[in-house]
Amino acid sequence: MDITVKILRYNPEKDSQPYFQDFTLKGISEDWRLLDVLHEIKWKHDGTLTFRRSCAHGICGSDGMKINGKNRLACSLLLKDINTSKPITIEPLPSLPIIKDLVVDMSSFFQKYEVIKPYLINKTPPPPNSERLQSNENAEMLFESAKCILCACCTTSCPSTWSNENYLGPAALLKAYRFTFDTRDDAGDERMDIVDNPDGIWRCHTIFNCIEACPKEINITWHISQLKKKISTREI
Amino acid sequence: MVQNFDVVIIGAGGAGLRAAVEIPKEYSCAVLSKVFPPRSHTGTAQGGVCAALSNMEDDSWENHAFDTVKGSDYLGDQDSIEVMCKDAIRAIMELEHMGMPFSRNAEGKIAQRNFGGHTKPADPNDPYGKRIPVKRSCYSADRTGHVMLHTLYETCIKNQVNFFSEYFVTDLLIENGVCKGVVAMDIATSELHTFHAKAVIFATGGYGRVFRITSNAHVGTGDGFALCYKNGLPLEDMEFFQFHPTGLWKLGILVSEAARGEGGILKNKDGERFMVRYAPTVMDLAPRDMVSRAIISEIREGRGIRGSDGTDFVYLDVSHLGKEVIDDKLPEITGFARTYLGVEPTKEPIPIQPTAHYAMGGIPTNVNGEVLLNEKGDVVKGLYAAGECACVSVHGANRLGTNSLLDLVVFGRRTGKAVTDFIKTADYAPISGNEDERSKKIINDIFNKNGNEKVVDIRTELQDTMMNDCGVFRNEADLKRMVEKVKELKERAKNISIQDKGKVFNTDLIEAIELDNLLETAEATVNSAYARQESRGAHTREDFPKRDDENWMKHTFAFKDENGGAPILKYKPVVVTRFKPMERKY
Repeated sequence: MDITVKILRYNPEKDSQPYFQDFTLKGISEDWRLLDVLHEIKWKHDGTLTFRRSCAHGICGSDGMKINGKNRLACSLLLKDINTSKPITIEPLPSLPIIKDLVVDMSSFFQKYEVIKPYLINKTPPPPNSERLQSNENAEMLFESAKCILCACCTTSCPSTWSNENYLGPAALLKAYRFTFDTRDDAGDERMDIVDNPDGIWRCHTIFNCIEACPKEINITWHISQLKKKISTREI
Repeated sequence: MVQNFDVVIIGAGGAGLRAAVEIPKEYSCAVLSKVFPPRSHTGTAQGGVCAALSNMEDDSWENHAFDTVKGSDYLGDQDSIEVMCKDAIRAIMELEHMGMPFSRNAEGKIAQRNFGGHTKPADPNDPYGKRIPVKRSCYSADRTGHVMLHTLYETCIKNQVNFFSEYFVTDLLIENGVCKGVVAMDIATSELHTFHAKAVIFATGGYGRVFRITSNAHVGTGDGFALCYKNGLPLEDMEFFQFHPTGLWKLGILVSEAARGEGGILKNKDGERFMVRYAPTVMDLAPRDMVSRAIISEIREGRGIRGSDGTDFVYLDVSHLGKEVIDDKLPEITGFARTYLGVEPTKEPIPIQPTAHYAMGGIPTNVNGEVLLNEKGDVVKGLYAAGECACVSVHGANRLGTNSLLDLVVFGRRTGKAVTDFIKTADYAPISGNEDERSKKIINDIFNKNGNEKVVDIRTELQDTMMNDCGVFRNEADLKRMVEKVKELKERAKNISIQDKGKVFNTDLIEAIELDNLLETAEATVNSAYARQESRGAHTREDFPKRDDENWMKHTFAFKDENGGAPILKYKPVVVTRFKPMERKY
């Protein structure tokens, strides 16, 4: 099949503004990942095209980008699963500063992640030679949230993030759930103090963009709603 | 720019992060990684991490050690293997205490499942008699590596570890057997930084990208291997490269052994469970080298299925396990089959073929992570390595599934401890401040070259030929051709030119440097393979089909020839403690 790809280009050493550039590729297979398309362009047509990627199968979270208007991982999307009769539009993740082409500055994303104390806090020493017990049911309550690969597709798809750069965003809040609801964690209150404010969970207006954007199919809004519920019912 | 740190760790996968956790806060420590830490390749490990916890049935670390020795086809150093298997139990508890989310058994303990090559005696009174599969692999659905990587990263955030993300190491500073630091490029700006350090830990991962079909991430380009090799240090046992039997057809994406651990079976085009013929006792749960050979043998004998891309595959069938088991225990890998091949694993078998997966060899170290200067056991002062880039050697000629994640946390920690002891008394080796000159020259040369070769062409040719001539089955003629091919490609690589000459996030430049790293590791690999005239573990020579303990119970040490010739090969005996070499049958 033949396709046309419209890519948002920006090189700060040369360009004053980002602009779209079209590439036409001939005779390629519909089984290709969008990442294969980007590699084809970089390796055969234009070596300056710049994007991040690593594992190429949806685990490392490097290649989040906006493809035909939706945040996706380029390695987890096949050509046959999108409309290729029109030019395919590829842009960097929205609302983060562009470093070059499809590479965005992730620092604010990781800062927000660090704010919610994304680690187990347990105030009693662990048993010396064995695990802390946890029922499989309680363990599985964490699994969906622990699937998160920190690709930023959700946070950058959220209109609340676009309108307020201080909003912690769905990825950080999902991580807050991951630890708050871990039966081994003792810092629920500490963490809830961090997310219980207008730039925390209350800025989630259940728009559900995050769920649509999540390449790991995590129901992020549900997890944030569990935090809201816990906070609404906690004793002060 | 020169910066001083007591410790500099290169790589932020499992080994690098675990080492970082170990460095006390009063010492300065920098962790450099060419990707953000949670992007590291540890995250793609799926099936589990083994330790003889006996949570599901009786087991012992000695069973685990025996399996690891046997799995290694008796090339693993048994003293190191004992260290790893004994420490495994503590290491898993430590991960659990850090917060790693594990699947659990009915008592709320960590759940364990079967995995290839992990067995125990059928009769406890006959320890070396018939062996049966044992549930030893601790897991978190099929995302064990992902949650381990994240747990270690989270622990580093808690400990306020100093990360330099998207820094690409371009040079290793060694003089007279003393390591002084590294030079690294900030990818965002191409600025070079000299990291002057008392101790450097390499935890740079593998080099699977030297092969066409691989489960390895694009970043797996052997950077650490090549930096050591180019600086006169040896690479150990590079001929032993594991091909994982079940890579997703065409793509090489890993389909975990957990699929077979949960009861999945391999079938040829006639629907026959062919492993019965190759490993009558453990069948589909035989170690990876044996299963990969069995698959290629089936294909060669006409019982594979020809794919639309012209390559052949066999089937991995999990459909009989039922939707519940598949969704609960194997969600990720069955998702890959759906997304990439349009195959519904609850109803139809998954097309698979062997995929280049793991380097058993690497930068030689002792059990404390100290890098060896030579085959005699002398160490490089201040240089350490852990994880896939290192060769302790616990995996010998063939690694057992789950032992890679274990290796990362056991030897990552031990290396961190050894480094901490070292920096207490060590001083900074003097530097001139011009240590980045060599890196500047490498980069300027790449920018200024106007040759007619392209990085992608040389890399693709390397990957294709390595796959064909240095793959699951090898022979003298193919390896000889490959030795010559690497020489030719290295010559041609002198004439590459790149298009991107900018300073901001120049991935064109990085790919050019990575190509050089791939070519160096390939050189060590094919020459070591060419020399080893026997079949052992993952190194199968059609012209020498038997294991030859008399002549080859030894580790290869490949040193780069300063004059540009073939690497100089030396050998070091295998350490045997309690397990005498036996025929390896399953």
